[in-house]
Amino acid sequence: MRWTAVFCGAGVLTLAALFSAGLSAAAAPHELRFCLNGDPKTFDALHVSDDNSELVRFLTGGVLLRINRVTDQLQPELAESWKLSEGGRAITFHLRSGLKFSDGSPLNAEDVARTLKTALDPKQASPAGDTFRSTGNTEVRVDSPLDVTIRYSQPKPGIDRLFDTLSIVPEKAGKLPASAGPFFVSEYRPGDYVQLTRNPHYWKHDAAGKPMPYLDSIRLDIQPNREIEVTRFLRGETHLVNKLTPEAFDRIVREKPAAARSLGASLDSEFLWFNQSPSPAVPEWKRKWFTSVAFRRAVSASIHRDDIARVVFRSHAHPAAGVISPANRFWFNASLKELPFDPQSALRGLAAEGFVLKDGTLRDRDGHAVEFSLITNSGNRAREATATVIQDDLRKIGIQVNIVTIDFSSLIERIAKTSQYEACLLGFVNVAIDPMEQMNIWLSSGEQHPWWPLQKKPATTWEAQIDQLELRQASEPSRTLRKKAVDELQRIVAEQEPIVYLVNPDYLTAISPSLRGVQPVTAPPQILWNIEYLTLE
Amino acid sequence: MRRALRRAAACVLILVGLCALLATAIAPYDYSRQFRETPNAPASHRFPMGTDDLGRDRFSRLLYATRVSVVLAPAAALVSILIALFFSAAAGLRKQWANQALSGITTLSLSLPWMFLFIILRAVLPLNTRPLASILVTFGLMGVAGWGWPARIFTASISQVMHSGWLLQARAAGISPWRIACIQIWPHLRAIAIAQFRVLIPAYILSEASLGLLGLGVAEPLPSWGNLLAELQHPDRIHDNPWILAPLALLMLVMISLESLHPTTFLHTTREVAV
Repeated sequence: MRWTAVFCGAGVLTLAALFSAGLSAAAAPHELRFCLNGDPKTFDALHVSDDNSELVRFLTGGVLLRINRVTDQLQPELAESWKLSEGGRAITFHLRSGLKFSDGSPLNAEDVARTLKTALDPKQASPAGDTFRSTGNTEVRVDSPLDVTIRYSQPKPGIDRLFDTLSIVPEKAGKLPASAGPFFVSEYRPGDYVQLTRNPHYWKHDAAGKPMPYLDSIRLDIQPNREIEVTRFLRGETHLVNKLTPEAFDRIVREKPAAARSLGASLDSEFLWFNQSPSPAVPEWKRKWFTSVAFRRAVSASIHRDDIARVVFRSHAHPAAGVISPANRFWFNASLKELPFDPQSALRGLAAEGFVLKDGTLRDRDGHAVEFSLITNSGNRAREATATVIQDDLRKIGIQVNIVTIDFSSLIERIAKTSQYEACLLGFVNVAIDPMEQMNIWLSSGEQHPWWPLQKKPATTWEAQIDQLELRQASEPSRTLRKKAVDELQRIVAEQEPIVYLVNPDYLTAISPSLRGVQPVTAPPQILWNIEYLTLE
Repeated sequence: MRRALRRAAACVLILVGLCALLATAIAPYDYSRQFRETPNAPASHRFPMGTDDLGRDRFSRLLYATRVSVVLAPAAALVSILIALFFSAAAGLRKQWANQALSGITTLSLSLPWMFLFIILRAVLPLNTRPLASILVTFGLMGVAGWGWPARIFTASISQVMHSGWLLQARAAGISPWRIACIQIWPHLRAIAIAQFRVLIPAYILSEASLGLLGLGVAEPLPSWGNLLAELQHPDRIHDNPWILAPLALLMLVMISLESLHPTTFLHTTREVAV
């Protein structure tokens, strides 16, 4: 038994890290500093699959078009103009003249075509190319040194907006590849820091003709410990903390109130669902409960979402109404309202299904006491506390909930592969605004379809409806018609509650008052989306 | 002075034990009751140690947690000692090969990565295990896992005694192995067994605390010192409510009391045997 020694060892390491953090080199005058929570796994913009690499890609990558995170409108970047044609099947870009990568090499239509072909090549397994792939042929044609056309055999909805995530890469990519964005990776020390330096060949100039970006460099310190990250910010060693827990945010409010910024409800959501698949881990009588919409709605109505938001998230969360967070203004179905907390109506609904509450225990019509296990990942204190609130709320209608916290990989194994669970409490961290990104969750045949993955055909009529709506929104070129399909999908999910949405946590961040030009938004990268406009005083 | 210290330590342990056993009567509230209007409340007349994140009374939870940790840790220690005694006696009183086999098993037991085994165990336990069953299994396994070190010590002691002249005399006189074990060997082992028992109790309390920090200990809403100590991962909370430190203070008090009892009694018992 040496666990106590391990614990003490961790404490010593933490102190050592704090001490060394205090000794780190002083920042250059126009150098932005903040922490990454881990090493970026790659600097290859086409093979980014983790958050840290994605942030570096955003800061260094040159894209054809950029979605303005405030107005949600597309704005030209490397492409001076673009044109959609053939009913949304083709898009033609006209590049700016004189574009260069950070190493001084020219950037032209050949580079754009090569980047796209690499991203689309299935052998490359490029995550960046996933959203660009489509059934049928995709043609990439260079029309001139400044013009390139991409043509699909079928309409590709929202094709122009996809280019916000595709960074154009040079032909020869070394360990630290050149880039066409505002910065380039100039130095990387694994486990220590990533240094980004201003790209002297970046095309953008401000209205006064001054070259952008305004910052000289960005230093990203690798710091997995969030407490230390906050402590360093409070000491003035870094300029921002990208995402804060409610507790850390309250600490910033106490100690550096001018730096604390709450952006309101984020795109993320916390929710629970029941395992409806025919799994041997779920007895048939329990499966009957889980597949009953009355049961799911009763559970949902008995959970006090306001209390979860107020007590667990310290008032830094909002009760959720459904699939899409209200922060996603365009796609959110504004007609949806959160289900009210009403245990009495829940009991009436259950009684109509044959459930009886007697001596504090709810029993189904066959006399089985209603009891289920709720798994969640260990180490996430807010989620564990949410589970405890749910346990207490459901006890009041006679349901016994057994909370099981297990490590994250075991949890994923259970929900995605073995189906060895009854109910699961988790959250989604949404990185994209477009609901296209959630197709793998909503299609009944999807691998990540939570309550019953990989269905051969939809088990219920409402699931079949959801499938149709998903496919419709994925193939419809008109944004308005897509919105209509997504609205209907949200309505069905709110009615059937296969997933019981709980809260949308607020996006909490800390920004030093010395950092100017910031326009924080809830869509990633929340603080840094207009990096070329930021300045330091 | 030493006697006064021992008495004080014994009083503390008895008091803590009584509080633990009478938790249901003493605690003002049920350990799981949530006063959601007053989360993280400071100490007051209504809540003597304030409330936690979910508005649960810290004092009531500490009493129940003490019952869990203080009652089950000695039980687990007893399991370890009994297993260690059984194996050591079986090996010591038999032939050389048995001794070597025990040595091999002990080495294997000591080299096993028990932490990972605990994680695997949590993964294979039925999900609908109630919190009480879960905590019994956790402490039971700690008891089974922790027999290696005491067994090493017992085996060495038995081996020493087995080569003494008076024991050879006893064997030559035809006294049965069982009688030799009870009358000749046990008095020598008793002091070591008691000392080992006392060493294991705080070790298990701390192990449960460590498991709790990893989310592998006692399931909610049942409190234990482990899951109460987990709050210390956020040291800035101490400023708002210093009573967060109460479980740590109580754990240290119990450990110091156990240690204060331990060496004196050990020497005393050894002296008795030597005489």
